[in-house]
Amino acid sequence: MPLSKARKEYDVVIVGSGASGGQMAYTLTMEGVAVLMIEAGRRYDPATETAMFQTNDQAPLRGTKTPDKQRTFYDASPNSGWQIPGEPYANASSEPEREFLWWRSRQLGGRSNHWGRIALRNGPHDFKSRSRLGVGLDWPISYHDLAPYYDKVELLIGVYGTNEGHENLPNSSPGVLLPAPKFRAGELLVRHHAKKIGIPVIPCHRAVLSVRQDAERVPARLHPRNPRAQRLLTDSMSRRSACLWATDCHRGCAVGANYQSTTVHLAPALASGNLKIITDAMVREVTVDGCGRADGVVYIDKNTGSEHRARARAVVLAAGSQETVRLLLNSRSTLFPEGLGNSSGLVGKYITDSVSSSFSGQFPILENLPVHNEDGAVGGPHAFIPWWLHGEPLDFPGGYHIEFSTGRKMPSMSAATGFDWLTGRPGYAWGRQFKEDARRYYGSTQGFTAQGAMFPNEHCYSELDPVMKDRWGIPVLRYHWRWTDQELKQVVHQQKTLADLIKVMGGRSKGPPATDARKVIRNGGEVIHEVGGAVMGADHGCSVTDRWGRVWDVPNLYVADGAVFAGTASVNPTLTIMALAWRAAEHLLSELSSGNIR
Amino acid sequence: MIKATHRPDRRTAIKWMMTAAAALAVLEHDRPTWAAAPDGINTIGYGMDPDLLRIYHPGDLWPLTFTDRQRRAATALCDVIIPADDRSPKASDVGVPDFIDEWISSPYPEQRGDRHVILTGLDWLDAEGQRRHGRDFADFAPDQQVSLCGDICDPDKASPTLKPAVRFFKRFRDLAAGGYYTTPVGMRDIGYVGNVPLASFEGPTPDALRHIGLA
Repeated sequence: MPLSKARKEYDVVIVGSGASGGQMAYTLTMEGVAVLMIEAGRRYDPATETAMFQTNDQAPLRGTKTPDKQRTFYDASPNSGWQIPGEPYANASSEPEREFLWWRSRQLGGRSNHWGRIALRNGPHDFKSRSRLGVGLDWPISYHDLAPYYDKVELLIGVYGTNEGHENLPNSSPGVLLPAPKFRAGELLVRHHAKKIGIPVIPCHRAVLSVRQDAERVPARLHPRNPRAQRLLTDSMSRRSACLWATDCHRGCAVGANYQSTTVHLAPALASGNLKIITDAMVREVTVDGCGRADGVVYIDKNTGSEHRARARAVVLAAGSQETVRLLLNSRSTLFPEGLGNSSGLVGKYITDSVSSSFSGQFPILENLPVHNEDGAVGGPHAFIPWWLHGEPLDFPGGYHIEFSTGRKMPSMSAATGFDWLTGRPGYAWGRQFKEDARRYYGSTQGFTAQGAMFPNEHCYSELDPVMKDRWGIPVLRYHWRWTDQELKQVVHQQKTLADLIKVMGGRSKGPPATDARKVIRNGGEVIHEVGGAVMGADHGCSVTDRWGRVWDVPNLYVADGAVFAGTASVNPTLTIMALAWRAAEHLLSELSSGNIR
Repeated sequence: MIKATHRPDRRTAIKWMMTAAAALAVLEHDRPTWAAAPDGINTIGYGMDPDLLRIYHPGDLWPLTFTDRQRRAATALCDVIIPADDRSPKASDVGVPDFIDEWISSPYPEQRGDRHVILTGLDWLDAEGQRRHGRDFADFAPDQQVSLCGDICDPDKASPTLKPAVRFFKRFRDLAAGGYYTTPVGMRDIGYVGNVPLASFEGPTPDALRHIGLA
């Protein structure tokens, strides 16, 4: 729409369509709010585009990742990646360990399409690290503020798992979780042996339908007193199938058996008639009126390069934490010369990611395992290790969880390579011996990955690069990153634990675990759990948003994505992002209906 | 095709030896410098938004590279590395040489690095074959193939001049294995029986549980 003709046609404009934008759009449209969603990527339809059942020999280069498909060929990530032509970002330091890596998703549904679907709740400790441990920041909310929204999100998207009553791993309310799938052989093996060294192995929580959802009961529970929303949700839920126990979740799911924003959030929101989506549109800035209230956004139509304006009563940023930071910093005006919401100077500050390292082992007991179908809910674990050393005296704060992958998976290029060190024979195997080795060793290795808490620090932040711009002339982010002793000591502990696990299971590893954490710690951003940059807090001076994700400086501007996180917990962030978005949406609803937002 | 009985004249023999030496010299200096070397690839890739549902075949996206002679050498080496046995066919029966050609003809950086190693290695294989037995590798008797591969399959034992050939052998083997075990035949051979829709997931079978001592 041309600038001159822009009117406030919408109640709310949402920037971004992934887990947070999708949740926002869902909650708002179910209550009759007129929403415009703007997505930088293209339209994307999992029902018709997902490579279900394709095998790697049907793909170019056996499905190997390339600069064009950066997480394997079949991964649900068109036009996405660490590097996207015309959309650069910068790093302040050239030291490899200080490089921040930034995955951008350019498709409707964003990263939710290829997400690993691990859906764990933050625990009570995670919101109060400053009070409890003297590190990081306290969130302005407690677990109990968020608990009802975790329940709602889990009911809506469908999450398998169990309630184990583990410390800092909260139970879901009765009837919320779907049944956990049986453990695979390797997962049973880890559980059996880990117990000997006091490490618990319990069912993981993943946003995968182990059974179909109850399309009558759940909508009534989620939307009491809203029969229209119930009908819309019943209809959308009825279209989702249960898991087929085949084909990797990272490819997306044509039958809707896992959560992706497109399938679960956007489908019913569109059916409500209250949602309009514009794709291929890069938002450049949030605009404000003379009173300093947000009145819309300016975006660039990527196909024509032309500039457009969308106007609304309220603006929600759900672009992914770093894209949200960039938008705030690029929204400069006379009233907000340092960027929108930045009176505290904290926009871009306090970025965290999961602290992660891996170690793998080979297990003789798994050699020649009788052949059976080990796919399960492919692409993700049925079991995991939650943080188990609460209250132990350790040389780092916080904790980590451990994921592991196991079994004979669909072979890729590396399926039968890397076994030479196991054979005890010199040189590289070939001939009949090589085929026998492949049969014997395939599926006998297990990779373990620890992912842990990171507390905000002053060295990890982003800002606008003074020079670099993207292809539309929009200034880009420049990252600063430096690990502290907290993360490095955690990684040393991770490595030792993973090595202990492999040892107690009778496994062997190619080399010893790392003692120099810098050599194995994943780069900032590399886990694709980057959060922070517009942290929520209890007061205006030390945070960007309030407890609802509402920007302190601009009361009709909300941040709905991971940018509000005041630190990374020992679990993955996505479920918490959605719970926060639902909660923010309810607050926005009350502001709209009370007339506080006109 | 050079017959087994063919004896090259002196000039031809010298040419082959020089080719072999040159091939080795290039192999020795491969990898990091490869990206800068002209490799004749002018195609672009499949782009960031390829059709994921289409079934792709070697040659569909970019032209293949192997000369007839290189293809013969690659086919022979594939089948020495992955021969037929009582459970599964040899590599060339399921299109592995074509896959390797697809791989080394790709415009992407990782494969362009391999291109140099593989093409030079295949040329070396025939030049070395001519030097040793007066014939291309594909025309070797089985025991001759075994003997040559035995010379280039162990980095600790290979003579210094053969080190680049060892690197070629390892990389070729890994590409052949990747090509083979991603096919339906290879997947079955290696014990992968998934990728079929199931009504429920029942976990490990009783004999699998017994195998790991958790029955």
